[in-house]
This record gives sequence, structure tokens and C-alpha cells, in this order.
Amino acid sequence: MAQTVRIEIPATGRVVEIPTGLFINNEFVSSVDSQERIEVINPATEETICSVVAGSKEDIDVAVAAARAAYSTTWGKNVTGFERSRLLNKLADLMERDMQVLAEVESLNNGKPVKIARDFDIGDSIQCLRYYAGWADKIVGQTIEVDNRTKMAFTRHEPIGVCGQIIPWNYPINMWAWKVAPALACGCTIVMKPSELTPLTALMLSKLIAEAGFPPGVVNTVPSLGPIGGAALSHHMDVDKVAFTGSTLTGRKIMEAAAKSNLKKACHIREVSLELGGKSPHIIFESANLDQAANWACLGILYNTGQDCTAGSRLYVQDTIYDKFLALLVDKAKQLVIGDGFDEKSGGGPVVSKAQYDKIWSYIESGKSHGARLVLGGEKRRGKGFFVDPTIFTDVTPDMRIVRDEIFGPVLSVGRFKTEEEAISLANDTSYGLGAGLHSTDANQCMRVSSALEAGTVWINQYNILGNNIPFGGKKQSGIGRELGSYALKEYTEVKAVHWNFGEQADWPL
Amino acid sequence: MPSIFTHEFNTPVYKGKVSFNTGLFINGQFVDGSDGTTIDVVNPANDRVITSVSEGTSKDVDLAVDAAEKAFETTWGLNCPGNKRGLLLNKLASLMEEHTDELAALEALDNGKAFNLARSGDVTTAINCVRYFAGWTDKISGRVIETTEERFTYTRHEPIGVVGQIIPWNSPLIMFAWKIAPALATGNSVVLKPSEFTPLTALRMCHLVNEAGFPPGVLNVVTGYGNTVGSAISSHMRIHKVAFTGSTLAGRKIMEAAAKSNLKNVTLELGGKSPNIIFNDADLEQAVNWARFGAFYNQGQSCVAGSRIFVQEGIYDEFLKLFTEKTRSIKVGDPFAPDTFQGPQISKIQYDRIMSYIDSGKKDGAKIHTGGERHGNEGYFIQPTIFLDTKPDMRIVREEIFGPVSVVIKFEDEEDVVRQANDTVYGLAAAVFTKDVTRAITTAHKLKAGSLWVNCYSVSGPNVPFGGFKQSGIGREMGEYALNNYTEVKAVHVNLGMKMM
Repeated sequence: MAQTVRIEIPATGRVVEIPTGLFINNEFVSSVDSQERIEVINPATEETICSVVAGSKEDIDVAVAAARAAYSTTWGKNVTGFERSRLLNKLADLMERDMQVLAEVESLNNGKPVKIARDFDIGDSIQCLRYYAGWADKIVGQTIEVDNRTKMAFTRHEPIGVCGQIIPWNYPINMWAWKVAPALACGCTIVMKPSELTPLTALMLSKLIAEAGFPPGVVNTVPSLGPIGGAALSHHMDVDKVAFTGSTLTGRKIMEAAAKSNLKKACHIREVSLELGGKSPHIIFESANLDQAANWACLGILYNTGQDCTAGSRLYVQDTIYDKFLALLVDKAKQLVIGDGFDEKSGGGPVVSKAQYDKIWSYIESGKSHGARLVLGGEKRRGKGFFVDPTIFTDVTPDMRIVRDEIFGPVLSVGRFKTEEEAISLANDTSYGLGAGLHSTDANQCMRVSSALEAGTVWINQYNILGNNIPFGGKKQSGIGRELGSYALKEYTEVKAVHWNFGEQADWPL
Repeated sequence: MPSIFTHEFNTPVYKGKVSFNTGLFINGQFVDGSDGTTIDVVNPANDRVITSVSEGTSKDVDLAVDAAEKAFETTWGLNCPGNKRGLLLNKLASLMEEHTDELAALEALDNGKAFNLARSGDVTTAINCVRYFAGWTDKISGRVIETTEERFTYTRHEPIGVVGQIIPWNSPLIMFAWKIAPALATGNSVVLKPSEFTPLTALRMCHLVNEAGFPPGVLNVVTGYGNTVGSAISSHMRIHKVAFTGSTLAGRKIMEAAAKSNLKNVTLELGGKSPNIIFNDADLEQAVNWARFGAFYNQGQSCVAGSRIFVQEGIYDEFLKLFTEKTRSIKVGDPFAPDTFQGPQISKIQYDRIMSYIDSGKKDGAKIHTGGERHGNEGYFIQPTIFLDTKPDMRIVREEIFGPVSVVIKFEDEEDVVRQANDTVYGLAAAVFTKDVTRAITTAHKLKAGSLWVNCYSVSGPNVPFGGFKQSGIGREMGEYALNNYTEVKAVHVNLGMKMM
């Protein structure tokens, strides 16, 4: 049965063939036991783009079996680092070749502007694949002196095995690359569950996996609903590791499932890596370059229409510059054009779904009803599309829901502070710890404050910019483990210590 | 104007045309040498001149250093982020892949090694090396050491600047890749002198470097003689590091020149007289095959050649019989014939030198068991040669011959053979053949050499460090270790709160 659909992209007239089956063993197949489909929606028009096969629990079993077989035969310890490197570089080349069409489908499904999808999401993803291609043949252990006359010891950094990877809808292609690249570089095989909201580019990328020449079963893609496919993966006894990016709520369920399933995972919490939510503080000190800081502050909350785990959603401005800065901020925020992703003018797109749209609006209403002051936005648009305009609240108090909860939309809370200590205290008053930013031209202050902030990533005089070679992850309830950089390799390797005795005699009996 | 070398290959193993500029490669351009002179490049298979290439002088080295410095300060060094350097190196590797046959043919023509081996061995190795170091470019991290209220201390692993590289004629393309890949990966700019005997693949690579998109001046190639160009590089006041592969004799001169000029950092990869120890319980057939490979590959012109083969008494007779058979079956001949294993030696000088070692072996009373004569009557071909009944103090046992000449030595005692194996000023490589794991590991650990092979010979990879103990050299190439040769550690101490009274 042909598992593709042809869709026409209205704005460009381009016709794209998109695979719609489950990707298992390098082929697109139907579900083994279910007729369910996932409807894929265009958030700018609220129309259905197409439907794809919805994977069931049994499909996850099939995928895991395929990944296990590949791991034992054509991948894992049976493939050299050089070959893994070659294949990852080849995949990067193919992604580069298909950049434009991937960007258009990403925009159609997720809503983000095409140019941003292409130049940032996909550009960064290609670099990510190349970065990890460079690590694949450099994964080394240690030799350890025990007694030169009789024994030596060494470590092997072996692939963990079959990895379940669950990715979100906010950066579909980029999150796919962040997961796939280090796992494959280390020799792991993968069962990937892309978000049911944004499965299309994951399926297109799966096609490139086959084209690049990865053996069947190395990467498997099973779009399915979280409580079905995601749960099945995290409970599966033959999955050695689960890597998840998404909400803290779901993250808890995954960790619980991992603990309850195979005993191994219960003992080794490391075998679960989680990249969860945030309510990241963004602090503006009086010595900051205000114009630049305002630009970064806008980027921090409005990039990707605020649908970013590190969104700088709590802004704290020092008293002495508060009015001046706020005026700058509001003025700049107004300049962002939120519109259809295919419109050249758009700097941001709609939020991804009705559910998200409703959730964000309920927070905006909550802000209003709890007495926060709206200085920008707060009015629903008419017409089709899940568009939410930049929204800024001031006069907030720490207990307000809009200040405590992750909204995941273009909604900013602005507070004020007098002293550095107060700023730090406000910033750290959260159960999250993903990102944080500070703007100051006082070097000592920069070092002091970056040291005090409880976050996995701290930006000084910047926000939001990541690097493939710089680790990323959260403290506290924002997650476990680190992605990117050399640190990601730890997430996908298991250390085996080998004690090689060549001269020590055992005495018996004791 | 420098000449264009054009050549039509019409051989059983390769048919194709090459055409490229043979000038000095400075600042992205091909130029004449300052004196307008040229060097003839000879085909060692038939002693005929292939072409002539521009000859560089110390003045040209100055020009190259100027270009390299400028590039380092503007378009290269840390002005070019690691991931961009990686893209360029990967592009270069892809171009090398596209031109594999052409590069192999040039190498075989210029150096005399068999085309098939140049293609499957040399070109592949060079490409893998470039790709491996392309992967390091954006992974060169320093350490953060102190982050206290008062102090923020970290290290940077910075590129050195302009580095000088001098490479030999035995595996020109591999040597070229081994040198430029880690140097460029770490952000240095390069002034490289290929051997005057074998400049062709280096010059062809310069064209690929341009095509790949490296900024001008990042790589400069100055063909010339050791005592002019080589000397100019090692004593140059604005070159802050020199990397050399070649003879121990030349290595000493380079180190001296470095010391006398600006104390530039020196890494040397020099000669060897590597022992291959075969115990009674070795897998005999495999030991013979590897021993033959180790002694005779690349016409014996390998710094790690297993030229002293120690065979334990219990299998000596069997080993010798089989080893002799296999040695006699080596196909010596035209590099462009499909079944050739051994080509000519690189030059008349080397040919004479090797033959004089063979003479000295005879005069000292060693017995030629097979070979010992010229092969054919055209070109510098020498028969694969085995000496027996040697004594430890004979020149053929102590000195590096760098030709297809091996000595086979019988031994009884394990401890004594280790002593004999280590009784050399060299320490580049060594091998042990045995099925006994304990003996393999303990013997290997006792041998004083930079590369130890257990039940194999001359196996390497771009990810494994390579270099010598003792007079075989200083420093390690390949693997992560190579990065140390081309970076300088800077420690930055930022005071956050200490007050000075």
C-alpha cells in the first residue's frame, strides 16, 4: 500500500510527496493492528493538511524489535565510528539539498516563518548532524594502571543500545536532529516518536535516513499519541534509554514509567534524560546597553512565538531604568509581525494548535483577572488561525499564575527590583531552572550573578542563542542530563570497565 | 611563468589525463621561484624526467610566511570559527575522493609505488585523515579551572600561528595529509616543503585546496631542497613551530636550527629499526604474511619497517622456509602493472645506499639467503632481500637501510630477545606474534616503542597516535594527541575581587 500523500503548498504552488506510514526498517508501513489516523493541522488556516498513520502499542513493539535487531547486527558494536561519521555527514548533505522544501513543510505544519525554519531551524540542524559526525570516530575510553606486572584495566564507552526518543512540536526538525545525531554517533539505534501535532518533517527526514544509507532498523519513526506511543516506549522492557523533550508534566510520567518497567532504569536514573519546561528569568541591570537589552528581551519572549522552553518569560528591570526600558521594550515588541509563515513580512507565526491557543488565552485572562496591568496585547484577533500577538503584563506579583506557570506563548511578565540580591532572589524563585539571562556592563556583576542564577544555561548580554558544541539542559525541575556539545555523548554511552588479568594468581581456599 | 605539467596516462591500470600548474603555491597563486630555477622530477621506474617544477629559495619562504601571517591575522586563525574550518576540510576530502585515481596515478608516477596500492592505501588513508581532523575543528576546548568569588581562571587552546612543515618522499600524499589536516583543523596557517623528489601530489593538492575554498595564504607550498628551503623554514624567526618527518640526520639539523633561531616548537618523526618478534606459538602463516608486509611494503621505504625479524628457535626453520617462499613471490616491477607489489626505490641515491648496505652485510660475514641484487636493468629496482647469520653489531642490523632488506635472527630466550629488540637508538615501532595473551601484553609493554603491534604489523588509523621513543622522534601525530602539536595553551586569570596592597 502506498504510504504517501501529495500535498500542494498554497503559497508556493509546490507539490510535495510526504510519506504517511510508520517508518520501520527503512520502509513506510501501515499499523499492524490499528486503523487510527492522526489529522495534521495547519495552524495558520486551521485546515487539515493530511493525515498520517497513528502508531499503536503493538507498532512500538515492532519498531523496538527492528531497532534491537539492527543494534545486534548492523549497528551498535558492529559498525565503526568512521562509518557512522560518514553516514551522518551524508545525512547532513541530503538535508542541505532539501532545505527549502523541508522548511516549507515545517512552516505549513508548525506555523513558523519559512525563512526562519530554513536558515535557523534547518541550518542549525545540519550543523548539528555534522558536529556529531565529527564525534562518531572519537569516542574513547581510558587505560588505567593497576599493576604493570600483572594486570591492566581499561574502559569502553559502549553505545547504550536501543533508545526511545520523544520530541515536541515547537522545533520539530531541530529537536529531531538534537536527538538523532548524538545517539547515532554513539552507535545507538532509535525508535522516535515525533509529536502528533507535527509529524510531517520527521517522516520526510526518515526518508533521508534511508537514502543516506543507514541500515534498516537503525532509525524508526512512529508518530502516535503521547499516552499511547510515548507511554509504550517509556514502559518498554527492551528499550535501554528514553530521551524526552516536552512538558514537565509528561516528563514525570516518563520517568515514573521508566522506574516501574525494567529494573535497570530504576537503578540508573541517568538512563532517562529529560529536557522539560522553564520559566526563565531575564534581568536588566542599570549598566546594561538598554537598546540591545531590549532587542534581546524581545527575542527572548517572542522568538518562535514564545513557544520555547527557555523563553525569557519573566523580565526583571532595575528600578533606576525601569520606565525608560519598558518604553523601549513595548515599542520594539510592537514591531514584530505575527502572521502566516509564508508571508515574507512575518517574524513569527501562529501558535501550534487550538489547545495551545486556548491555554495561552486562559493565562492572559488570568493575568487580567488577578490585577496585572496589560501594556501590550490582550485582544483576540478575528478570523482563522491560532494567532496570538505579543502580550506584556506589568505590576505582577510572584504568586500570580502568569508569573509562576509556563505559558508557552508570547506573553511576558515584567517585574522590578532595587538591588542585585533582590533580582537574584526573584529570578531563582521557581521550581524550574532551564535558562536565565542578564544584561550588565559590570564584569564582576556578570560573574557574580551568572554564578548565583540556578539555571542550566545563563546568557550574559544575550539571550536564546545556542551552539551545537555548547551543552544545554536544565536544573531543578527543568530536566535531567545535557544535550549538545561533548556532554551529549555521555547520554548515549555506557561505561564498561574491563579488568584484564594476565599474571595475578588466585589463592584458594581463602 | 611556472610551467603546466600535462601528462597522459595510458596504462593497464589507469588511463587519464592530468594538467596542473607546477609553480610554488603562495597566497593562493602559483608563482615562479625567486631565482627562476626549477627542479627536475624523475620517474624512478625508468630514470626519465617526468617534468620540472619551480624551485623555491629562502626568499620564497619569506613570501610564504608573509602570506601565511596575513591570512592568520585576518581570514584564518580564530577569525574563522571551527565549524567553518570543518566544512572546508570536509570539502577538501570530498574533492580528493573525486580525484582518487588521478592522485594515485601521480603518486605512482612520481614515487614508484604500485598504482593499485597507492589508490587503495595511500589515497584512502589521506582522505580519512582529512575527514577525521575535519571533525575536531569545533571541539577544541580549554578548561575552566577556578570559578570563585575572587577568581575566574580558564584556559584557551589557541592556534600557534604560522607553522612550518617538511615532509619526505616515501608516502608523499599521506605525509601531506598527516601534516596539513591537524594544523589547519586547529586554525594554523602553513608553509610546507614537500620533498624535492616527490612534489607532484602536493602541487595537485594545492589546486584542490583552492577549489575547496580555503582563503589564500592559509596553505603555502614551497618546493625546494632541504638545505635551502628546509633550512629557511627551520630557522625562520616568524615560524613558531616546525613539524618534520624524515631521516634522523636531518631531524637533528632541524632541531638545532630551531634552537639557534627562535626556539620554535619542534615535532619530529624520524627513523626506525623496528623489531618484529615471532614466538614459537605464533600463528605461523599469519606471522609470515605480516612479516613480509612489515619488511617489504612500500619497497621497504617505511619508517616503521619491520626490518629486524626475531624468530624463536622452535619455529625458526618452518618460518624461514615459508617466509623465503613468500618473499621470492613478491611481484617486483612496473608500478602501473596490475599485480605489482613492489616498485622501484625512489632515486639513484637511495638505490646506491641500499646496495652499499647489502655489500657491507656481505663483507661483515652475513649470509644473503635470497635477493641481494638489482632487479631488471632499468630503474632503481632491488630484489627483496633476506640476510641470515648476522651479529648484533653489524651495520645491517643496527642502521636503518630504508629498502627491501630484512635480517632474520634466531632467538631462544624471551628476556634476551626483548633486550636485543630494545638495543637500538631507535624506538618507533615493534611487533609481537604469539597466541599467549599474557606474553603478548607483557612483552608489548616491555618494548620501548611508540607503536606496538600484537599479531599484526603496520596497522594505523587517523584516530590513533603515532610517534617514536628515543631517537625515533619527538611528539605524536594522529588522534586527539595531534592537536597538542598545533595549539598553544593560554591561561587567563580574571580577578574578580582580589585587592593588592
